Amino acid sequence: MLIKAASDIRPSEITPRSVWLRRREFVAAATAAGLIGSAHPLRAAPLAARKSPYSTDEKLTPLEDVTSYNNYYEFGTGKDDPAANAHTLTTSPWSVTLDGLVAKPRTLALEDILKPETLEERIYRMRCVEGWSMVIPWVGFPLADLLKRVEPLGSAKYVAFQTLHRPEEMPAQRSFFPVLAWPYVEGLRLDEAMHPLTILAVGLYGETLPNQNGAPIRLVVPWKYGFKGIKSIVRISLVEEQPPTSWNLQNPHEYGFYSNVNPEVDHPRWSQKTERRIGEGGLFAKRRPTLMFNGYGEQVAHLYAGMNLRQYF
Amino acid sequence: MAAASPPAARRRSGSARSRLIRPGLLYWIGAMPAAWTFWLGLADQLGADPMKVLERALGLWALRFLVAGLAITPLRRLAGINLLRYRRAIGLLAFFYAALHLLVYVVLDQGLDLAAVWADIVKRPFITIGMAAFLILVPLAATSSNRMIRRLGSAWVRLHRWVYLAAAAAAVHFVLSVKSWPPEPLVYAAIVALLLGYRLVASLRRPIAGTARPALSSR
Repeated sequence: MLIKAASDIRPSEITPRSVWLRRREFVAAATAAGLIGSAHPLRAAPLAARKSPYSTDEKLTPLEDVTSYNNYYEFGTGKDDPAANAHTLTTSPWSVTLDGLVAKPRTLALEDILKPETLEERIYRMRCVEGWSMVIPWVGFPLADLLKRVEPLGSAKYVAFQTLHRPEEMPAQRSFFPVLAWPYVEGLRLDEAMHPLTILAVGLYGETLPNQNGAPIRLVVPWKYGFKGIKSIVRISLVEEQPPTSWNLQNPHEYGFYSNVNPEVDHPRWSQKTERRIGEGGLFAKRRPTLMFNGYGEQVAHLYAGMNLRQYF
Repeated sequence: MAAASPPAARRRSGSARSRLIRPGLLYWIGAMPAAWTFWLGLADQLGADPMKVLERALGLWALRFLVAGLAITPLRRLAGINLLRYRRAIGLLAFFYAALHLLVYVVLDQGLDLAAVWADIVKRPFITIGMAAFLILVPLAATSSNRMIRRLGSAWVRLHRWVYLAAAAAAVHFVLSVKSWPPEPLVYAAIVALLLGYRLVASLRRPIAGTARPALSSR
């Protein structure tokens, strides 16, 4: 796979070699800091992470906005519902089952997932399908690293993800009239999943993920609409056929499997040409143009060479 | 979207309830949610996406006033509560809020990009429907004065029945503006359906009611 770095990386953003050589100390620090097995899962714990050449240098969306304006329908459909309700979620202990077409299927505790990983800060643009965007400093590691550990078989073509289903802690899963079929499921093509931009995030703004942002571990795929970033993951399965995805099941006419950010392909009910950047200018903020693949085209466009993106939206 | 009807109001003037607030005062009370929300927006108190909150609040208040206007006749007929003298103010408030909602969408949301607005209106059914609701309200607001009521006579009653369509369109506009099926828009749609259903049933029961009653009746 041809992997290009973003053209807007300045040398100053690249981790100095001296820091890079001490990366294992950072991992140890992350462990000690209580990310793992924390007695206070609701309290954010600091995370050490090295900088990444994949980060953008755009102005960050304020932490307050990132953690109070969320779509996490298990906790309600209002933007402020997750921040109000997600405290009920128990995120420790937590484990993720890795299965399907892999040589080494297993269920790993979160701490065992993180032990060999080097956490990175990835400052990504996040474009919601609803027409707004943020710039979020995630802390995570490439999904590819974890997938390699379970050794995908040659027959594996897609990766299927599943969110926790725990109605006693997720109020909307108890609803008589569910807005989505639970549990939430998502999927990627294997090459999308193995792409270095695709990460599993365990934190943001240098601390463990708040529950409303998908604690304790979530997917971030910056060139796709935000709903592809499935939260509070409990299962990752390698499969041969394209897996079902929640929003596609809810309305196949409006939400495709790929859901790449694309200003040329409108949502049937609204335009995707422009977006509002959250936390920028208040009432009088101007819309900004939406970029193809959310501005990550240089790195990911080759994944879709020859595909009709209007058909595979 | 209707006017206070002097004869009907006089007939029921015994109701003390309707004397608590003068209809003129209702405009000031009704303007408060708009003023308050706009003030919160200027003070950066509307959360992460203030424009959207303002836009939705104005649209929602327009729908609430439409619902309130439609509730007046059933309240009078079924519960004996006569709020007819407030109906013009309620209807005009619905129009003002719809106009402000549209203004915020065009100016703050779309940044006066009229090409984008036009594309939305012709391409997006939920915006087409919302726009249609607003356009229906324009002639109703324009004919809300006593002078117009007298001049149009029975045509005024027929014209103002278009508010039924405007309310239905506003409710559909709300339902279609969101992802999936969250409860709030559906609740409003159900209330509007109920209020319109009441009129359908009433008209089926008394098919000649429209012509039997005076032109300035409560419809």
